[in-house]
Amino acid sequence: MIAFKLAFRNLIGAGLRTWLNVGVLAFILIMIIWHYGIIDGWNRMAIRDMIAWEIGGGQIWTEGYDPYDPFTLEDSHRVLPQSFIEEINKGNMAPVLITQASIYPGGRIMSILLKGIEPSQKVCELPTNKLIGDYQEIPAIIGASMARDSKLNIGDYITVRWRDVDGTFDASEAIIVGVFHCDVPAVDNGQMWIPIDRLQKMTQMPGEATLLITARDYTWTGEESGWVLRDHDYLLQEMREMIRVKKVGGSVFYIILMLLAMLAVFDTQVLSIFRRQKEIGTYMAMGMTRGQVVRLFTVEGAMHAILASVLGAIPGIPFLIWMSKVGFTMPAGSDSLGMAISETIYPVYSIGLVISVMLIVVITTTLVSFLPSRKISKMNPTEAIKGKLQ
Amino acid sequence: MKNDEIVKISGLVKRFPIGGGFFTALNGIDLSFRTGEFAGLVGPSGSGKTTLLNIIGSLDGPTEGSAVVLGQSVRELSQKKAARLRKESLGFIFQTYNLLPVYTVFENVEFPLLLLEMSAGERKQAVLDALEWVGLSDKIKSRPAQLSGGECQRVAIARAMVKKPVLVLADEPTANLDAANSHNILQTMEKLNRELKTTFIFATHDDKVIQYLHRQISLEDGRVVRDEQK
Repeated sequence: MIAFKLAFRNLIGAGLRTWLNVGVLAFILIMIIWHYGIIDGWNRMAIRDMIAWEIGGGQIWTEGYDPYDPFTLEDSHRVLPQSFIEEINKGNMAPVLITQASIYPGGRIMSILLKGIEPSQKVCELPTNKLIGDYQEIPAIIGASMARDSKLNIGDYITVRWRDVDGTFDASEAIIVGVFHCDVPAVDNGQMWIPIDRLQKMTQMPGEATLLITARDYTWTGEESGWVLRDHDYLLQEMREMIRVKKVGGSVFYIILMLLAMLAVFDTQVLSIFRRQKEIGTYMAMGMTRGQVVRLFTVEGAMHAILASVLGAIPGIPFLIWMSKVGFTMPAGSDSLGMAISETIYPVYSIGLVISVMLIVVITTTLVSFLPSRKISKMNPTEAIKGKLQ
Repeated sequence: MKNDEIVKISGLVKRFPIGGGFFTALNGIDLSFRTGEFAGLVGPSGSGKTTLLNIIGSLDGPTEGSAVVLGQSVRELSQKKAARLRKESLGFIFQTYNLLPVYTVFENVEFPLLLLEMSAGERKQAVLDALEWVGLSDKIKSRPAQLSGGECQRVAIARAMVKKPVLVLADEPTANLDAANSHNILQTMEKLNRELKTTFIFATHDDKVIQYLHRQISLEDGRVVRDEQK
């Protein structure tokens, strides 16, 4: 207790030197918590949006389908078995047929994925109801990112060219009937959604699909030959890995910041022990043991972090609460990262996050303060009293 | 040791390693001090007076012989026991005051009482009393940098006296002071010695201090050459 009281007095007495170190530590503390809050918020939003827009309660793929290998698309379609048709009719599944195609916006060729989906589906948030209607051309909806890339808008006509099941090229006009805004690139970039029955006719694949999206509150437990279930663990694995990598990448930045702050604390401690030898000798003359003096200097260093936590809380708490309400607007171009990322991310700050970051900073500062303080234990008090360098 | 004998030194030798050999700072000292003495170790620089004071203060140990302070042999004291002896029974006054620069006068004087874990109320009263003894009651909020040399040394005396120690060791307490301040300091210490029966041992070569001493022990080359009561 005495060590804390004396350390507090010494720190307050040291004035600007203390407040500079404390200020830097407080800033770093807030930045680390803010950063991890953004990552956690992003993680939650990305998962929520992917579930809402793309994967629902999970997907059922035709065997051999690989979304990252367009060559598999040619063979990745099967006739829907009766059990799936029953679930589709109950609203528990939505079939999707995928084929490669080309469009010609502004006179240039653009490769796309043409995706057929049941217009009346409700398993995902794609506004497929806009596809319902008596259109002579192929009604299509596209994402905002795709609309920007292809310079297409609602009401625009576009030529679509595709190959049917036998590899024969065919082409027709499509009309853009809707542009949707979503944060999931996997349903937006380079994709055009049309009614599945139209696509089945176009490709001569009646009653076939590439995959099925299941409803969020539905779990498929059956077995069908040629179809495999892809659950959340499988479908979100890649996104989680990307966020983990982003987190680690961010950590490197904060480790560098922490190292700079620790260097400042270490430097202050070394300088203190160098400059305060007479004071150290006086402490011993007045009855403190070497161990007590080492403890005092260690606590002094560690209290930088404690003061930083208190000081950081003054601007930090309102700032973090404000951030979690207004969110963090991602810089322009972030949507081209290829992963689910909304325009505004709402950070999530858990008590565990705040406590663990504070603990890391306090423990690191204590360790950094202890290392130079060990020198005191080797000091000769009679020399220290005179302020002689040892 | 006799009842009122608080320091007993016998055959004390202190050597310091220097280069490849040793420097003998104290060579066969035999001395004793009684309660209430106002004594001084007098001698030129290098005569061993500070070394002897450090050994009596348990800040250093003898190479040979013994130094028994308040019934405890300095040679046999562990670091913790030596610290306890200093904390509870000894007061130190240094040539360069050694005040803690970031503390106020009040906090500097309060420091030894914090180590004794006294209650806040007791501490406050004791500090105010000690500052009154040295005539600095109006400076409690000042920091050492705002005080004159004489005032700093009076704070140091208050700090040494605040816990009412049995023995105060003062190493060249007037070396950095002018004549007026030196007399003022010495009169203060003499008054405390008289009123509180605290034993004072000085290490000095200042004539102003010597004229106040009740007992003068002259050292030369680490030996006692004269020990006289005034």
